Amino acid sequence: MSNVPADLKYTKSHEWVRTLADGTVEIGITDHAQHALGDLVFVEVPEAGRTVKADEPCAVVESVKAASDVYAPLAGAITAGNPKLADAPETVNTDPYGEGWLMRMRPAAGALDSAELLSAADYQKVLAAEGG
Amino acid sequence: MGRKTPLFSLHQELGARIVDFGGWDMPVQYSSQIGEHHAVRRAAGVFDVSHMCVVDLKGPRVRALLAQLLANDVGKLKAAGKALYSCMLNERGGVIDDLIVYFLTESWFRAVVNAGTRDKDLAWIRRHAATFGVEVTERTDLAMLAIQGPEARAKAAQLLTAADAAAALELGVFVGRELSSWFVARTGYTGEDGFEIMMPAADALPAWRKLNALGVASCGLGARDTLRLEAGMNLYGNDMDENTEPYESGLGWTVALEPRARAFVGREALEAIRARGGPAAKLVGLVLEDRGVLRGHQKVLVAGVGAGEITSGTFSPTLECSIALARVPAATADRVQVDIRGKLLNAKVVKPPFVRFGKRAYS
Repeated sequence: MSNVPADLKYTKSHEWVRTLADGTVEIGITDHAQHALGDLVFVEVPEAGRTVKADEPCAVVESVKAASDVYAPLAGAITAGNPKLADAPETVNTDPYGEGWLMRMRPAAGALDSAELLSAADYQKVLAAEGG
Repeated sequence: MGRKTPLFSLHQELGARIVDFGGWDMPVQYSSQIGEHHAVRRAAGVFDVSHMCVVDLKGPRVRALLAQLLANDVGKLKAAGKALYSCMLNERGGVIDDLIVYFLTESWFRAVVNAGTRDKDLAWIRRHAATFGVEVTERTDLAMLAIQGPEARAKAAQLLTAADAAAALELGVFVGRELSSWFVARTGYTGEDGFEIMMPAADALPAWRKLNALGVASCGLGARDTLRLEAGMNLYGNDMDENTEPYESGLGWTVALEPRARAFVGREALEAIRARGGPAAKLVGLVLEDRGVLRGHQKVLVAGVGAGEITSGTFSPTLECSIALARVPAATADRVQVDIRGKLLNAKVVKPPFVRFGKRAYS
């Protein structure tokens, strides 16, 4: 059974969103996603300053098997990509909700409210429907 | 749902992730693909390759049939049990399949062909076999395990009686032999030493459990793919198919134009290619120097020469960088760039294999 922390928001495409104290958000991929992908060997994160739209592909996670896009859960400006992942992509496997975060962004005005994010309970239902 | 091998229920019990491969439900990985890969490079792993199609060819003229069907020369097979790797070509020189054929007796050869090409292979072989009066029998009653790695032979020998184990451990490279009801061959698809064992289907499950108990890791098709690519071995359907010929697929070494009198299917097409100075393309190894992962179908740019395409690419767990096979213009020298999501990354051209017996093999 996948770990789905109750204090985060989620997307159907298996990203998580954490609201930080300064109003920015931290984004990563879920435990379910990292498990489905398998051992990650390369992660490409966006550069600070880039502006992204909701649902825009903005990072790539690659396992031995395949490359997968990570989508922006909401519109905003990237404030940081996780610099540690270049040398240690496996951090996303070992700590998907912590050290394995992918990017931080400042949401565009109103973006956090208009984004269709799922609660932990609703994301659990998505996983159940997928058989995961 | 696809076809299932005799080990399917065991794969499920072991928690394997199952994928479709050539119409079969096969384990792609059990726990960690990289862990399984390292188990084979460092110790031993076992793969279920029962999906592969084992075909017995029997009749007094079987050698003549294979001399016509195969681009490599079965005339090289003189000692009983010796195996030969060959392409089976169409009239245009395109590769219908690659296969291994074992010489068992003058009236019995055994071929092992790919699962994904089974139907067309059997149809093609049968069509030619009829002329030679050769009987073609698919051995669906057999399971096949590949036990690979530096410790593989010693571990697998423990599945056998003392006498059979001694005989198995004396097998030369690329030689197989019937031992009791099993056929044990010193072949593989990983770049490591090991055996491939064909056995009655009912024997496969206890054999696998005993191998696990001896410390041999269960390995899926995911690790099989990274191992074969590190070993510089082609995968049918990725690196060659009916629209490519052996010379542009890194398989020229498997084509036997001598003796000149041997008329095999595809010979005229291959001679025509040589007569006009060789193929326009070649298959090379690439090692990515920048960060990223090479994948099939990415475009390869060769400055001043032209462009090509990656046919198989992956992250190499042994080398900890990305490697690939790519079909590029024949004039390609030692440097290329690969277009990965719009970025041009630098790669070095090398001669495969990338890894042999656990160690880096290219310079």
